[in-house]
Amino acid sequence: MKNARPTRGGFFQRDRTWHPPAFAPGYRSTVVRSPQRAPLSFGNTLSEITGPVFGHSMLGELDNDLILNYAKPGESAIGPRIVVYGQVLDENARPVPNVLLEFWQANAGGRYRHKKDGYLAPLDPNFGGCGRTITDEDGHYSFRTVMPGAYPWPNGINDWRPAHIHFAVFGHGFVQRLITQMYFEGDPMIAKCPIVRTIPDERAIQSLIAALDMEATIPMDARAYKFDIVLRGRRSTLFENKLEGN
Amino acid sequence: MKGQTLTRLKESASQTAGPYVHIGLTPNFCGITGVYPEDLGIRMVNEKTKGERITVKLRLIDGTGSVTKDALIEIWQADADGLYNSPDEPRGKADPNFTGWGRQPSDPETGVFTFETVKPGRVPFMDGRMQAPHISLWIAARGINIGLQSRLYFGDEEQANAEDPVLSRLEHPSRAATLIAQRDGNTYSLDIHLQGEKETVFFDV
Repeated sequence: MKNARPTRGGFFQRDRTWHPPAFAPGYRSTVVRSPQRAPLSFGNTLSEITGPVFGHSMLGELDNDLILNYAKPGESAIGPRIVVYGQVLDENARPVPNVLLEFWQANAGGRYRHKKDGYLAPLDPNFGGCGRTITDEDGHYSFRTVMPGAYPWPNGINDWRPAHIHFAVFGHGFVQRLITQMYFEGDPMIAKCPIVRTIPDERAIQSLIAALDMEATIPMDARAYKFDIVLRGRRSTLFENKLEGN
Repeated sequence: MKGQTLTRLKESASQTAGPYVHIGLTPNFCGITGVYPEDLGIRMVNEKTKGERITVKLRLIDGTGSVTKDALIEIWQADADGLYNSPDEPRGKADPNFTGWGRQPSDPETGVFTFETVKPGRVPFMDGRMQAPHISLWIAARGINIGLQSRLYFGDEEQANAEDPVLSRLEHPSRAATLIAQRDGNTYSLDIHLQGEKETVFFDV
């Protein structure tokens, strides 16, 4: 037996008790959109283990700057200026490099640039609301934006979303794909939110709340929030029974 | 007495993509132009891509039978020779003119997702048996708390489908039909049902 670095195997089983269940009637849209039958499971094949990879060369200079990437020359988005930074790790606590992160959010008034959003708060002509970046070799990323506003939404008669930023994350395998939302430390709206409350475990909610980091603040410019993201871990195939034809 | 502990982390909990997922993932489609040159994943092939050109048309149908109009679907597939365009593909180098990954919103009027791609070759299962040609699916939308995983198989691959190691794991073989797209010319069409009699087989893999 060679004493080589183990090859990379399939992903850890997803802990479905940690994630929100498909059917969570407090968030009413799930009622007719939640599968009801048992899912099918099988060990990961190359279809699950592989996934698309994106190079840093695809990124434009302002892709990770939501303050400027939709603004007219010489202007900038309105709202409290913040930097969001963090690290993408896997469940083995290993940094994940070359992860494409895409984010989107409402403007500082809580309004999305979307034809279906009819909230009273005005659009900001200098704010589009989308950005993206790719983690470096140690899994780190950062971007600059404005603090999104809270907003009311049609669910109960008086439900509000806490301030949040949506994240879509590519790992290295297609079944690591993850969409989540980042919340802000200290926001009293988090605990009241029906979408947050689809998550059954308090610790899982806490892991989506970014920490205010005064040491990473840019003095006289922008506050900083740290938001780490964890993707599914991968098995090391320490002792593999090689089957014929594999 | 407490012993050593495992240094493992928990995966970040999923949250719904919400009704405005297209702002983040297909901004040009929803009128946010000038940020990215084009939406990522809208083109999978170019004029040099090898293999049989096909169009895949999907619809996503909710528990009331309504066609959804606010979802997003991503697909991932092997090239015509059955190779993935990924650094983790150990069997050889995939067609450099094929990305293997596509992302589309649905047509705002009809709810149809359209992917221009090539028919994938076959990929082995863990034990080395060949799987039938298939496309992996990932679905995100308002009301979906964690992205849904499934597959699309091809209706004109009857023999391969019959011996497919994944389809043959189904407890109720009749449900395989929920994953099999029907061919008309060069177009394969499949309705994905979130609930009900025809509920699609979703995966936990």
